[in-house]
Amino acid sequence: MMPDITAILDKYEGAGRDQLIPLLQDVQEQCGYVSKEAVGLIGARLNLPRSKVYGVATFYNQFRFKPVGRYLVQVCRGTACHVKGSAKILEALQAALRVEPGDTSPDGLFTLEVVACIGACGLAPVITVGGEFHAKVTPEKIDSILDSYRKKAEADERDS
Amino acid sequence: MARWADDPLDLDGVHSAERVVERLNEYRRNDVPRAMIFVGTGTCGLGAGAGATVAEARAWVERTGADVDIVEVGCIGLCAAEPMLDVQLPGYQRVSFVRVTGDKVAALLDRALQGDFAVQSMLGQFRRDGLAAWPDVPFIDEHPFFVHQRRWVLANCGIVDPESLDEYIARGGYRAFANVLRTRTREEVCELIDQSGLRGRGGGGFPTGRKWKYALAAQADQKYLICNADEGDPGAFMDRAVIEGDPHRLVEGMAVAAYAIGASKAYVYIRAEYPLAIRRLKRALAQAGEIGLLGYNILDSGFNLDIAIKKGAGAFVCGEETALIHSIEGKRGMPRPRPPFPAQRGLFDRPTIINNVETLANVPGILARGSDAFAALGTQSSKGTKVFALSGNVDRTGLVEVPMGTTLRQIVFEVGGGIPDGRAYKAVQIGGPSGGCIPEQHLDVEIDYESLKAVGAIIGSGGLVVMDDHTCMVDVARFFMEFIQSESCGKCIPCREGTRRMLEILERIIRPRREETRLETLERFQGVMEMQRLAEVIRDTSLCGLGQTAPNPVLSTLRWFREEYEAHVFERKCPAGVCRGLVEYRIDPKICRGCTLCAKKCPAQAIMGAPKSPHYILADKCVGCGNCVDVCPFGAVTTE
Repeated sequence: MMPDITAILDKYEGAGRDQLIPLLQDVQEQCGYVSKEAVGLIGARLNLPRSKVYGVATFYNQFRFKPVGRYLVQVCRGTACHVKGSAKILEALQAALRVEPGDTSPDGLFTLEVVACIGACGLAPVITVGGEFHAKVTPEKIDSILDSYRKKAEADERDS
Repeated sequence: MARWADDPLDLDGVHSAERVVERLNEYRRNDVPRAMIFVGTGTCGLGAGAGATVAEARAWVERTGADVDIVEVGCIGLCAAEPMLDVQLPGYQRVSFVRVTGDKVAALLDRALQGDFAVQSMLGQFRRDGLAAWPDVPFIDEHPFFVHQRRWVLANCGIVDPESLDEYIARGGYRAFANVLRTRTREEVCELIDQSGLRGRGGGGFPTGRKWKYALAAQADQKYLICNADEGDPGAFMDRAVIEGDPHRLVEGMAVAAYAIGASKAYVYIRAEYPLAIRRLKRALAQAGEIGLLGYNILDSGFNLDIAIKKGAGAFVCGEETALIHSIEGKRGMPRPRPPFPAQRGLFDRPTIINNVETLANVPGILARGSDAFAALGTQSSKGTKVFALSGNVDRTGLVEVPMGTTLRQIVFEVGGGIPDGRAYKAVQIGGPSGGCIPEQHLDVEIDYESLKAVGAIIGSGGLVVMDDHTCMVDVARFFMEFIQSESCGKCIPCREGTRRMLEILERIIRPRREETRLETLERFQGVMEMQRLAEVIRDTSLCGLGQTAPNPVLSTLRWFREEYEAHVFERKCPAGVCRGLVEYRIDPKICRGCTLCAKKCPAQAIMGAPKSPHYILADKCVGCGNCVDVCPFGAVTTE
């Protein structure tokens, strides 16, 4: 079940076409992705057919159409990171999580994504996990980085 | 409201003038009343652990009860030295320390606040008027990273609190804007900027003042200013640092530009991957609005301006003017043919000026110091400074601002400190996916818009990625083509189909021999011969800059690194040892102990050998994954 986006839709009462992308961004921020249902509701709010909403949403790399895991793992594949070995980092993550980019690990904890450039090139190679930056990453560090988040997830489960 | 609003100045008494000076001094932090600690918490700082640094500093202050203020600042630009922590004691110059991770904070503060700096590596001390210098402490402005820099755009970054409007104003901020509103016509402002020689810093290099004049001349009921903060070039992070470290400079630049062209609405189109920059910018806009520097009837001049933020959604092509405009309009980010140019018909069909962050951030400095001072820096055709983002295989990665005309050799070897790990220089990639690679023999080219074109490159937005001899230039060309292919909007055939073909040709070149049929070999040769012609067609017929410059990395590497291509194509070898399919793995029987680790890790069962005897790799089974190299404890696996 997708989280309720009524509050977001209400904010965009009377909005025009130029609010489509901010609205999509707000929905994704709350739900983690843009569902089929959300596309319909957004189209209704802005008086746009679903095809137009999909046409815009699928154009941009930012929008996801599948739910995400608890932690979004983004691997930067910019030039500086590439020169400093980010291809191996991506491979190591794919092996450790057993997923292709765009998919979520079987335990639902990690979604792996590739981004074009995070902008922290001085600290290449860079990955982010759940919004936190990890600089100068090596394939050897991957397991311990992922483990720290697994422990964190366990701790959160226990506390809740 | 600014703090002085609730402490009205009584302008009749002598004490008031002194109070003004006192308050200004307090905001400028020239001579501080009590010890200050500054921590660089820009994105690079945080990535290097500055979050822990600042937390430990706060904990230390609470524990010791010391009378010390802590201020968070942006990036000074030396990413390789992050996290950075500065200490300023009353009467003395501010001192900067490097690589101050959380675990080092307490020890540093215990001693540094007594003036004892021996415990931590230092960058050096600043050089402000009226403060005493520390003996035996080097000056930052003499450090090789800083000595060539002329910081106009980065003047405040890493120094000031980016969330303090007061500090920005106390250092002369918004004075240029106020001056312009009171004493200059729009035409005069456009002319001033034109005379300075400022050219678009996003990469286009179009004369800024001239562009503004076109928009000013256009008649319309509404005009727009857009600041392009999409910074899509991988390897570029100049704009991010400016917005995180000194957002008011950008706001002031935008305000002047909007006034000059007659726009009452402005947008900052900023990539979503910059959350900290977005937060800082939002705050700066709110602060400026609260004090009346934005909004309705600014400073009683009759000029209105509202600035809104639009977040990008991850599309490199939206760095292109018309694609950006469509994105703001809520459409797919696809470019359109020009003319009409945005200055005539742009956002919502109205006259629109789009300027890069760095271009706009230059404006307050030019107005404050004078267009002559700006034009005195640089070369004949390219005035002023340029901010470069230095990254890759170079010792001192970070942001540098140097006058145009500085050579690449100076930037890479003097400012950047050269190639680490004892490796050799191979190339520097400049201009992002639209740019080219500069080999060793052209390192003395003086950087300006025209001179770089002569060697097959462009300045671009300022990203400079240094590559050592372990980089394969064919792989670099493929990397860029892969990026361009995935970012191509698909609208025009030359780009959509042409770049796909170029990528195919490049992938064929690096594909392992074993996977090729005879027909494919023939196609490989044909493809290579086609590449030059194909590149020309794509360049000459694509709809927008993305397609028109897509062939540049290939053309530039073909031009300067032809032997490397030939080695791949004819000898089926990758000299740099990067292209997995073309690297031959061999186990040295003299070193191999027969531990069988490699055989176990081989995904293709290509390694044979009995335990305790030397192992052997079957070349035609090997898939080139490199696992054996990584896993061998004796270094017995070599590549060739």
